[in-house]
Parts: sequence; C-alpha cells; structure tokens
Amino acid sequence: MKKRSIEEQFFLWLMRFTTASIIMVLSGLLFVIFKKGYHAMSWAMISEEPQGGFYLGAGGGILNAILGSVYLSVGAIILAILVGLPVALAMNVHMVRYKIWVTVIRFLLDTLWGVPSIVYGAFAFGIMVYFHLRASLLAGIITVALLIVPIITRAFDEALRTIPNGLLETTYAIGGTRSEASFVIFFRQALPGLITAVLLALCRGIGDAASVLFTAGYTDHVPQRLTDPTATLPLAIFFQLSSPIPEVKERAYAATLVLTIIILVISILSRIAGRRFKKYVL
Amino acid sequence: MSNSAIVRIKDLNVQSGNTAILKNINVEIPRNKITVILGPSGCGKTTLLKSLNRLTDLQPHLKISGSIFIDDEDILQVTDGLTRIRQKMGLLSQKPYPLPMSIYKNIAFGLKIQGVSDKKIINDSVERYLAEVGLWDEVKDRLHSPASRLSIGQQQRLCLARGLAVHPEIILADEPTSALDPISSKKIEEKFIALRDDFTVIVVTHILRQAKRLADNVIFMYYGEIVEQGPPEQLFEHPVSPILKDYLNTGH
Repeated sequence: MKKRSIEEQFFLWLMRFTTASIIMVLSGLLFVIFKKGYHAMSWAMISEEPQGGFYLGAGGGILNAILGSVYLSVGAIILAILVGLPVALAMNVHMVRYKIWVTVIRFLLDTLWGVPSIVYGAFAFGIMVYFHLRASLLAGIITVALLIVPIITRAFDEALRTIPNGLLETTYAIGGTRSEASFVIFFRQALPGLITAVLLALCRGIGDAASVLFTAGYTDHVPQRLTDPTATLPLAIFFQLSSPIPEVKERAYAATLVLTIIILVISILSRIAGRRFKKYVL
Repeated sequence: MSNSAIVRIKDLNVQSGNTAILKNINVEIPRNKITVILGPSGCGKTTLLKSLNRLTDLQPHLKISGSIFIDDEDILQVTDGLTRIRQKMGLLSQKPYPLPMSIYKNIAFGLKIQGVSDKKIINDSVERYLAEVGLWDEVKDRLHSPASRLSIGQQQRLCLARGLAVHPEIILADEPTSALDPISSKKIEEKFIALRDDFTVIVVTHILRQAKRLADNVIFMYYGEIVEQGPPEQLFEHPVSPILKDYLNTGH
C-alpha cells in the first residue's frame, strides 16, 4: 500500500514539474520578446516600409516583411493543400487495397518531414540557377510549399486514419463512389483534424528562414508581383539581430513580437473554426 | 426459379492467406423473406454478408472464388457499375455509422448520389423514411442538427431509414441489435418483420432467440461451412446435425 502511494506521489509531482517547466519556458519566451521588443513597437513599425538607413537606425517599419511573410505563407499553404489533401485522401480511401504502397508513401513523407529546411532552400536554389531565375515571391512560395507538403500530408493522413473502417463501408453500401467517400464523407469527418494540420504547416511555413534565404530574396518594398523578390519576417529578424546597433537589435525583437502575434491569431482563429465543424463529427 | 430466389451463391470460397474463412458455400436466399444467418462468433457470417455487396474488396488479403448471383447477375464478375449493385442493398452494421452531417442530410445524401435533385422529393422522402422507422416524431424539430447527437438506438434506426430511402431490394444486417438497448432492438426487429413484404432481409446474428423471432429461413454456419439450412420449424424442431443440436441445447 505504501509503495503504491509513493509511486502515485512521484508521478504526480513529475507531471506537475514537467507541466510547469513547459509553461515557464513559454511564458519566459514571451516575456523576453515583449520586454525587449515593446520599446521599438510603434504604429510606424508595422505600417511603413523601411526608409533609407533603416538598418542603421533610421525611421520606417517592417511592413515589407510582414506582408511578405503573409503572402508567402498563404500562397505556400494553398499550394500545399492542393497537393497534400488529394494525396492523403487517396492513401486512406482509394488505396485501402494497396497497404504496402501506403506504407511506402508514409515512410517517404516522414523522411521528407525530417529533411532540414536549408536543404529545400539549396535544392530550390539549384533549380533556379539552372533555369536562370532570380529570387522571387513565387520561388519562395514554391520552396516553402515543398517544405510543408510532407508535414501537411502526414498530418492530414493521421487525421484520416482515425476514421473507422465502418464509415467507408457504409458510404459504399449507400452507393457512394470513391470520390464521394473521400471528398464528402472523409473530408467532413476529418475536418477538425485537417484544420489543425493546416495550422501546423502554416506556422512552420511562416516561421522558416532557411528555405527562403536564397529563394525569396530580400527587399525593402512590399512585393507587387509574383516575380518580385520579397522580405520575410524571419529574415528581417535575422538581419536586424545581427546588427551591432542597439536600436536595430530592439527592432528585431519587435519583429519577433509581430511574428508571434500573427501565429497566435492564426491559432485562435483555426481553433474557433475547428469547433464550428466539430459538432457533425461522429 | 430465379423468381423465388433473389440471391444464389455457388461454390463460394473465401480465403485469407492459408486459412479458409468460407468453404464451398452453396445457398439460395428467397425473395421477400427474412433469412437469418446463425452461428457462433468467428464462423464467417459477417464475411458471407459482406461478400454479397463486395465490401470484401476493401480487404485485399481476402481471396474470393465462386459466384454470387443477385437477380441472375454474377456480382463477383462485375468490374463496372459496382455502385449500382451496392445500391440494391442497404447495409446495417453492428455499430451504427451515421454520416458526419445533419439528420436530414443523412437521408438526402443517398438520394443525391442517385441523382435526385428535386427538393420536394427529397423532403418527402426524408419525412417518409424517418416515419417508417419510427424516428420522425422524435427528430422532426431538429432535422438539421448533427446525427451524431442521436442516441445509439436512434442512430441505428436512422441508418435503416437511410438505407431504405435509396430503394434497395435487399437489406443486409450484420448483428444490427448487438449495440442496442432492448427497446431499440425490439423496434428494429419489428421493422424487419414489417419490411418483409417489400424487401428481402438478410440478418446475421448469434442470438438464437432473435433468430427464432425473425426467421422465415435459417442458415446455420459453423467454421466457414453451412451445416444446415431450411425453414425455422425444421431446423429448430428437428435438427439433423450434432453440431446444430448441441448449439440449440447450449445456446452457443
């Protein structure tokens, strides 16, 4: 009896400790970003493009990077959904008879998930050089899409895998075709999971610096066309943080704060959207 | 001949790897009757039922040979128009699987698949088939709320209504009451008896008493083989094989 209660106490405290440490890391992170960044936060910071000498402490803001990141990640996520959703649905509906292929595809996607983003950047850069293309928003979108396709596909796949076999049998028994089973039934049933997957991939895409370093370029202007180069928040943070000037460094933290807030807003919105659709799920 | 038997199974064998799940099944299932497939767990009842609308296709490790004639068409040879064959049959599974949408759309979905787009016809069908399974009064005020909020018993009746709405000829039911409370079970059983005039009902069960209540025709299976088949009076009163005698005595 005594031994069991010691065990119980031990694991209780272990859980409390680990939970507390996660919360502390997160709040510590937010605290540091906020403390260092809020001095440099101003309306100009988020509404203006950088002026000449911005990186030496002159006026202006990071609108170029904010909009650049938003364009880039939204473009990439749309591209990634267009590729990833059909693949995930095919793996779970069309290919139920070919389990071995599904296993192979899963393994490949998992491998791709583990590839560092700089490798995607270098790969895309290599192709761009071959075709004599310059860094642009479009190249950045495609590279980030490549980076997040494995993530989004596997996350979709996991959401779809939890659907019981009986639902597929039922759909066929009513006379549904494979596409109806996929795009109507499985899509609806997995929708909350799919939204989470999109969120996961979007946050990964918007925060990634290495893949856009060579491919999207950097500019002080908001991109007007897909062929324009574009700034991104992670790179804006990187460039400003490596400056020796304290004011510029402070701005890096302000940019970090903006990035964090964007991710937070996306998270909250997708949670709300997920809850709206959850009621139909079995 | 083909008029009285809606399903004719000839030399059906189903194998999974080296183990035979169904061995030399030869049976005819009469039209507009309730046929009960009876037998202990794991004897191949569900596999037999699922091969009738080719849901066995979903399990690639199953090897199927023989022929199954439904309305004189060998469905195991069909490569095209599988959905047309499946629409001839409504399926009730052990656990109800309502579609992840509203109660209304659960019924409307099957109709839309068949190409019905007239709102009035759909509305009428929804009401008619929900009433037919005794669900209309319970749900008429919340037709557009999710089907997942219904109780399990209501969900199973909704699944039956959904199946009936697409005008099948055959109702396949795989232990349809095993997850239900006694009252819901009773409603489903009563429904089956009422449906007998217009449909052919095939029920898989391992509950002897249910079989006795429902059956017009009984197929008794044991380890992948049909041991005896015939009208219930004959099987239950005068069993021939020792296995069935034993089963009737012990109830399992």
